[in-house]
Amino acid sequence: MFDLLGTTLPSRLLLGTAQYPSPAILADAVRASGTSVVTVSLRREMAGGRAGEKFWSLIRSLGVRILPNTAGCHSVKEAVTTAQMAREVFGTPWIKLEVIGNHDTLQPDVFGLLEAARILCEDGFAVFPYTTDDLVVAERLLAAGCKVLMPWCAPIGSALGPVNIMALRSMRGHFPDVPLIVDAGLGRPSHAATVMEFGFDAVLLNTAVAKAADPVGMACAFGKAVEAGREAFSSGMLEPRDVAVPSTPTFGRAVFS
Amino acid sequence: MKLMVNGKVHEVAATTLAELLAALDYEGDWLATAVNNDLVHKASRAEFQLNDGDRIEILSPMQGG
Repeated sequence: MFDLLGTTLPSRLLLGTAQYPSPAILADAVRASGTSVVTVSLRREMAGGRAGEKFWSLIRSLGVRILPNTAGCHSVKEAVTTAQMAREVFGTPWIKLEVIGNHDTLQPDVFGLLEAARILCEDGFAVFPYTTDDLVVAERLLAAGCKVLMPWCAPIGSALGPVNIMALRSMRGHFPDVPLIVDAGLGRPSHAATVMEFGFDAVLLNTAVAKAADPVGMACAFGKAVEAGREAFSSGMLEPRDVAVPSTPTFGRAVFS
Repeated sequence: MKLMVNGKVHEVAATTLAELLAALDYEGDWLATAVNNDLVHKASRAEFQLNDGDRIEILSPMQGG
């Protein structure tokens, strides 16, 4: 169980809903992952409302909590208006706040992010900021009213996994009481297990599952990896050593010479 | 009047946002609307007066990561 902003969630995996081969596979992947939170977006409706209705009906049938995003927004105004529109449609104050600053890396514009976060927190939103692993930015986001942080571990969709392990561990160490969700860049279940072993509270991923050869199988694998990583963190892992230490007792061994 | 709706020019007789949605055959509780970059709440659409050249965004739920 995972307490996130006063909501108890059975899973520490948050799953995106984009890029699946079909709606049916999306639904099966959500179920297989065990997730209880999925991310969604708002886009221009070109079919009089019918396109959005189909997708929205499917998501509602899954019985999961919704985390709308502001994906694709490049300015504070775009992000704030999109968040306000999402709150009206989805009926939740939760918002995954993205303000993109670079087209190649999809790196967050942390200056715009901070400004948008401040506006939205004052407006009653529960802001989940998609940010970098920069500690100073993290502190400013918390000061702006964010109660949770979502640092990237690599560029969105890159599947690189945690590229700056020191920064991630440092972030965990600096903010022991803030829910930290690694968002973006995870490619394999072992990546998810690794950041969970660092003590991150949850992970959010999409492409690694949706673009797998078998998205449902991969969703299941990620669900298990997240759980295993968390349990390992909670169970106290052995620190690495430079010398061998025999695991079998040396006392009482036979002597044949 | 001429309006820009989801990036396309429309010549319409509608004077309010609610009339525009009906004229363009939009329906559903899952739509969100903005005029000239600002949210217009569902409850305000019937009274919201449109002006020539307004830019309207009509959004609905889609897949997202």
